[in-house]
Amino acid sequence: MSTQDTTPLDVERIRDEFPILSRRVGGDVTTPGEGPGDETPLVYLDNAATSQTPDRVVDTIADYYRSYNANVHRGIHSLSQEASVAYEEAHDRVAEFVGANGREEIVFTPGTTEGMNLVAYAWGLAELGPGDEVVLTEMEHHASLVTWQQLCKRTGAEVKYIPVDEQGYLDMDAAAEMVTDDTKMVSVVHVSNTLGTVNPIADLADLAHDHDAYVFVDAAQSVPNRPVDVDDLGADFLAFSGHKMCGPTGIGALYGREHILEEMQPYLYGGDMIRKVTYEDSTWEDLPWKFEAGTPNIAGGIALAEACDYLDEVGLERIETHERMLTAYAYDRLTEFDDVEVYGPPGDDRGGLVAFNLDGVHAHDLSSIVNDHGVAIRAGDHCTQPLHQKMGVPASVRASFYLYNTREEVDVLVDAVDDARRLFA
Amino acid sequence: MGLGSDMYRQQILDHYKNPRNYGELEDATFSHVGENPTCGDTIKVDVRLADDGETIERVAFSGDGCAISQASASLLTQELPGLTLSELDAMDRDDIVDMLGVDISPMRIKCAVLAEKVAQDGAKIHTGELEIDRTKTEE
Repeated sequence: MSTQDTTPLDVERIRDEFPILSRRVGGDVTTPGEGPGDETPLVYLDNAATSQTPDRVVDTIADYYRSYNANVHRGIHSLSQEASVAYEEAHDRVAEFVGANGREEIVFTPGTTEGMNLVAYAWGLAELGPGDEVVLTEMEHHASLVTWQQLCKRTGAEVKYIPVDEQGYLDMDAAAEMVTDDTKMVSVVHVSNTLGTVNPIADLADLAHDHDAYVFVDAAQSVPNRPVDVDDLGADFLAFSGHKMCGPTGIGALYGREHILEEMQPYLYGGDMIRKVTYEDSTWEDLPWKFEAGTPNIAGGIALAEACDYLDEVGLERIETHERMLTAYAYDRLTEFDDVEVYGPPGDDRGGLVAFNLDGVHAHDLSSIVNDHGVAIRAGDHCTQPLHQKMGVPASVRASFYLYNTREEVDVLVDAVDDARRLFA
Repeated sequence: MGLGSDMYRQQILDHYKNPRNYGELEDATFSHVGENPTCGDTIKVDVRLADDGETIERVAFSGDGCAISQASASLLTQELPGLTLSELDAMDRDDIVDMLGVDISPMRIKCAVLAEKVAQDGAKIHTGELEIDRTKTEE
């Protein structure tokens, strides 16, 4: 048994900051919120899809709208200045959170997908052409896979995929042969949202940099739950989403090395990103505002910084340890059953999620029955359709953990799976 | 308990485990295939019409997928014989929910209506009103 039994977190106290975790479910789902018929305690194990939001982050959003809501970079008036300072400082905070050099290297985006598209359009359209190659992995999320695939179709560049082996690890020998002087971009997921694999980003970055290629890291599943430092990883670009790290939806960040962002043309045009406009031509604002056209998600940006504060206070290393403990426990309990297939690396060597199937029960049926026990898990292809094709299944269910989950909740999940087994026997 | 347990009442599980009219009709008047791309549910429906070219005489289905999609297809093969093509065309999701006799949660409705959609599209292709290769259900 690899299970570590003690958590470094005071989970009970943490749960107090997330009132939603105390709600009950099971009644009418067409009316939002707890209502008649909601009798089963919620067990929220869908954190890789979106995390819950602590009171202090919700309060940050409410406080912005209640007391200093104003457009940024527009006015001389007090409210606009308060909002502008808070919004700009949020960039500094997020930069510090991932080890970037400063706000110049952090562009606020609506999320990871937009960060990916920003680089694909602003850098890729200008830099890629026939003969160039973009190297991905077979375990990329659609956000990365579809974006680069379609960009390559437009530019004539070629996409290559680093294979995933039986255990769910990248074939690094194949990677070494695949990355060549024709490679312009290596875009890799840090922690797979389906297999849970933690990829060796620094090694891949060395490989890419040996051939003067850039590295884009999809950090949507890693920034929320482990210390991430862009320099340690060797990332040239790195994108993540606020809503998977205790922040709100609709906000995320793209990290880019300053000199690369400096050379890139804007992605979206409009207000706030310009310096000087005439009827004939325009010039661009400094970084990062050059890439933030239009009125940004001000409340979201400020709330994202608050989420960073929150996670740092709890401690990312402790969160990582807690997740590893829960994941190993869930892996051990689920693999006790011969009719459960768990995908990806061993329980003690993965991010905080476990995707699996119960033999003879479709993932959607399994998720429906598990839901009847109050357990929220993801069912479907998890935005990795080609990987599921390789795994030989159309869909799977996925339980994913975060700082507020407990071993008892894993037990509820396993009992619910057992119920599905009985029902379908 | 909530929707989940209701959804898997005995009838659904029975039709899932022991599907009726499973297989193919050798003398089918028309056949059609459809899928829920995101779930991987696939259904092929074979329909034989009576000599009037309008009344459904026999229906069979094959395919695989979740219990809701397969049980719904099985039940439909019992429901359709005797109906006309225009009566088939007039069926909607409420008819399917009535047929299943359970509440279907909003996220699963496309599983429930897959077989019905496949039969309806198959009929329209047969009468020349529709030109598609495969039916795909939307969210």
